[in-house]
Amino acid sequence: MARMKFLCDAERCIECNGCVTACKNENEVPWGVNRRRVVTINDGVIGAEKSISVACMHCSDAPCMAVCPVDCFYRTEDGVVLHDKDLCIGCGYCFYACPFGAPQFPQAGAFGLRGKMDKCTFCSGGPEPDGSEAEFKKYGRNRLAEGKLPACAEMCSTKALLGGDGDVIADIYRQRVTVRGKGSEVWGWGTAYGPPQAKPAAGSKS
Amino acid sequence: MLLTRKSASAAAAPSRLSGGLAGILANTVDRRAFLKRSGVTLGAGAVAAQLPFNMIGKAEAADTPAETGKVEVRRTVCTHCSVGCAVDAVVQNGVWIRQEPVFDSPLNLGAHCAKGASIRDHGITHDSHRLKYPVKLEGGKWKRISWDQAYDEISQKLLAIRKDSGPDALFVVGSSKHNNEQAYLLRKWVSLWGTNNCDHQARICHSTTVAGVAQTWGYGAMTNSYNDEQNSKCLFFLGSNAAEAHPVSMLHTLHAKENGCKVIVADPRYTRTAAKADVYVRFRSGTDVALLFGILYHVFKNGWEDKQYIQDRVYGMDKVKEEVMAKWTPDKVTEVTGVSEAEVLNVAKTLAEHRPGFIIWAMGQTQHNAANGIVRASNILMLALGNVGRSGGGCNIYRGHDNVQGATDVGPNPDTLPGYYPVFVPGSWVHWSRVWNVDLPWLKKQYASEAMMGKPGMTVSRWIDGVLEKNDVIDQDPNLRAIIYWGHAPNSQTRGKDMLEAMKKLDLMVVIDPYPSASASMFAMVRQEGAYLLPVATQLETEGSVTASNRSLQWREKVIEPLFESRTDHMIMYQLAQKFGFADQLVGKKDGKQNIRLVKGKGGMEEPSMEDTLREINRGAWTIGYTGQSPERLQAHMRNMHVFDVKTLRARGGKDAKTGYDLTGDYYGLPWPCYGTAAIKHPGTPNLYDTSKHVMDGGHTFRALFGVEKDGVNLLAEDGVCSKGSDITTGYPQFDHVLLKKLGWWDELTDDEKKEAEGKLWTNDLSGGIQRVVMKHGCSPFGNAKARAVVWNFPDAIPQHREPLYSPRPDLVEKYPANDDVKVLWRLPTLFKSVQQKAVADKTAEKYPLILTSGRLVEYEGGGEETRSNPWLAELQQDNFVEINPKTAADRGIRGGEYVWVSTPSGAKIKVKAKVTEGVGPDTVFVPFHFSGWWEGKDMLPYYPEGAHPIVRGEAVNTATTYGYDRVTMMQETKTTLCQVAKA
Repeated sequence: MARMKFLCDAERCIECNGCVTACKNENEVPWGVNRRRVVTINDGVIGAEKSISVACMHCSDAPCMAVCPVDCFYRTEDGVVLHDKDLCIGCGYCFYACPFGAPQFPQAGAFGLRGKMDKCTFCSGGPEPDGSEAEFKKYGRNRLAEGKLPACAEMCSTKALLGGDGDVIADIYRQRVTVRGKGSEVWGWGTAYGPPQAKPAAGSKS
Repeated sequence: MLLTRKSASAAAAPSRLSGGLAGILANTVDRRAFLKRSGVTLGAGAVAAQLPFNMIGKAEAADTPAETGKVEVRRTVCTHCSVGCAVDAVVQNGVWIRQEPVFDSPLNLGAHCAKGASIRDHGITHDSHRLKYPVKLEGGKWKRISWDQAYDEISQKLLAIRKDSGPDALFVVGSSKHNNEQAYLLRKWVSLWGTNNCDHQARICHSTTVAGVAQTWGYGAMTNSYNDEQNSKCLFFLGSNAAEAHPVSMLHTLHAKENGCKVIVADPRYTRTAAKADVYVRFRSGTDVALLFGILYHVFKNGWEDKQYIQDRVYGMDKVKEEVMAKWTPDKVTEVTGVSEAEVLNVAKTLAEHRPGFIIWAMGQTQHNAANGIVRASNILMLALGNVGRSGGGCNIYRGHDNVQGATDVGPNPDTLPGYYPVFVPGSWVHWSRVWNVDLPWLKKQYASEAMMGKPGMTVSRWIDGVLEKNDVIDQDPNLRAIIYWGHAPNSQTRGKDMLEAMKKLDLMVVIDPYPSASASMFAMVRQEGAYLLPVATQLETEGSVTASNRSLQWREKVIEPLFESRTDHMIMYQLAQKFGFADQLVGKKDGKQNIRLVKGKGGMEEPSMEDTLREINRGAWTIGYTGQSPERLQAHMRNMHVFDVKTLRARGGKDAKTGYDLTGDYYGLPWPCYGTAAIKHPGTPNLYDTSKHVMDGGHTFRALFGVEKDGVNLLAEDGVCSKGSDITTGYPQFDHVLLKKLGWWDELTDDEKKEAEGKLWTNDLSGGIQRVVMKHGCSPFGNAKARAVVWNFPDAIPQHREPLYSPRPDLVEKYPANDDVKVLWRLPTLFKSVQQKAVADKTAEKYPLILTSGRLVEYEGGGEETRSNPWLAELQQDNFVEINPKTAADRGIRGGEYVWVSTPSGAKIKVKAKVTEGVGPDTVFVPFHFSGWWEGKDMLPYYPEGAHPIVRGEAVNTATTYGYDRVTMMQETKTTLCQVAKA
């Protein structure tokens, strides 16, 4: 079974925000709710600027799911983390738990009351029947059910944002890294545990 | 240990993917399906069958149950830049309900930037910020009127002005957002009215490119394509921030880079494009010629130039070399540009070691007071390296608007008729009146005089001076009294404060635009009466062809009917022509013949057929090969995008299922020149001047546009240099009936062709016979010549660095002065040196010590009214801002996010937010130009027609920009002026 993942290739992302408006367009997400956004770090710093598109990463072991007091999250067979807005109480725990700032809360009411949580669904709707009006109104479009991938990844201007079966996008990304000889250093062991040169050289006595 | 305990349960829902894909795909989405999903795995029908309804769809079509509505997919092209991204629009009950990527398009492979991915907003009516019905300004308020009343009043007023002051009292600002057919009809419309006072965005976009590049080697257009960058070894961006202005082009750029192509970016700002470069060079704004010649110095010094190529195909490089070696030694280059010798050498070395390569530019080169020299210096550098006329190398000139290339080719230019036939050559009028089926003596009478008919009109950059200048110094009888803004923003032109003065003096302003609001609010701020606004359909509400930057033509299908009370541009042209009495001439109706049929448009009203209009263009635009792109061929390309190769744009095979048309060998969109009639099936020209291919395979030579010799020096290509398979292996001039007869090729014409071709050239033989026979012999109809490094007919034969009129380096002004003032240029007195010297005398650079430059943001386009009215885009950037270096900000006590005043020598000041960033150096600030709706700190909301104000409003940088124009084309200076920034 496929496990759906996003991967944004920072060597290619140019912060054009195509993914952001593709999402707004396809899911008719209201003003102020951003299921996806593009972050640029070191903006304007020569040689250090990088842009990356971020949304719900559909974690394999999702913190939002762990902390939700009403247990409104569920994971589909495709590995997509979805939630049930009928159960959601708008408490915001998931927002604090999420490392990516994915959960969004539309303002409701005069005092800025939190509405039901909204987030990226990997363009695969919610608990309502696939392609139903109720599903569209609450969660947006269900593209997976139509055999399509998320609009953001499909429309990415430079094919920086990859979305789909984790194995497949890993292959695409691996090939790119191999061809250009760089790009993987933003992820993985090197980032988590320090660059290789920090380790003692092979064969040296220590 | 897991945070979640129920991870594997997935009990709440069945598998969406497996359920949804059952019967469609054998297993999960595999790689091929992922990369190329549309069309291959799912036909449009299959997509449509599964479509759920849509909220908007329901609201719009309340009387029809949405579930039963017919769902159709219509293929169009994004209207926001020149890349030409295809869009599949899903339409139900006449409502645009969804948008799908077109993975088959060889140009964009399904990709979109923020603008393209949100283009469906154009079809959303429940929160639209468009102008919905005609209005007039009455007592300072915008009042709704009917179309009939609008037409009656506008035509009466214009005819009265014409009677009092003659036809030249009108200026028509056309549009690079019109499709080819509309742009072409508008040029005809203006001619039938009797003036050459018309222009469009190309003037302030790439006029310097078109003039400079065409004068160098023949055609003023991008030499290759975005796609061809994939075949390149080096991409040198000088004056282009493609990542924001042409984001989808970066798909090809980054693909090239990943395969080893070097990317160099030289820019005063560290742009998003620069962030992807291997080499970044920061230089002082407006010193491009110095930088380019500084690079060339190292090329010559190290012998890196392509000597054989120069010998064979370039005229005048020796003279350029002399000048460069004498004047642009590294110390002088560093003094002027601020770039170190090592950096310049590194660029030169990278370019020399990585061939073929491109130089890529947009407004960064073109919008300067001596930009005709800048673009030619770029050409010269590429010629020296032998990069031009081959795949993977050349000048990739990125055009701005979606159809600015096409509107330049066949649209409302003040100095040319469609196809660059000059107005000052009487034969141009003979040619086009034949094509138009219009009586030439009648046409002449429409003009004030034959002299005015042959005199290039004013330009959009200067229309305000046509109103404001004293009558005795302008080169036409009346001052301008009326203006029609037909799809053009006012805030894209410099000197906003002067524009306001001009608006005070106008008798009449008519704005024909889906979003006329910037013009409307400016006008209403200073006037009580005198303006009309007409709502017009966008390009998504009509059909027609559009020319991408790479010269490929694409055909747009109509997605939806014109919204609200809007009508199509060509319907409005026809209806106004009826009022003025030249409707028959507009559609070529005379002597029982009619070129352009009338078809039913909105509300059953008649409008000119777009297909027939293209056929008329096909019959006349021989110079640039707009002749082979019949509507049938273009439509077949749109239906069969998948057969075209991404790297070469060529169809390997394929037959159009609908018409049986064989696509084999065609280049996508038949990039012009596509010579001859459609019947001879020229495949289009993917890369200009490429001698490695046969002419009938899209090969080419440099154009013989400048004679056969100059002062005894041969201007034609040297012996043995010709396109592949050419029967003539030496240089040769352009073809006409005489040359054909001399060569003994005349009898290869058919009898009908002979009758037409007698006494004609390849450019005005309406039979196309001369082109057909010439190409059969493997020759380029326009001759085989050398490119010119020296353009002797320009004020600066060899490009010169000239300091900006408002120079931050007054100490350099004496050494690198602006051109002399000109008494009459494009009908107007034009100042250069006097403005520059006054600025030095006034010590302007001390009062305004910072360089002010302007440019694009990815979210918005042009003047920005349209894109700032789209909520999905507007949300992304809600304030105008100034980029300012941390040091510059700190010295002025400015913190990021605060409001500041940016003031300029024009006396204007604008209020914008400070964005503190190292992206600009301490001497430079940057303001994007897409904003309008504030005037010197004041929100102009009260002056907008009700419901037609954009969501985001802000200060227009051009309110504050200063005087300054190119000596040749009247391009405005927007990239280098002076300012001061202070805390608000």
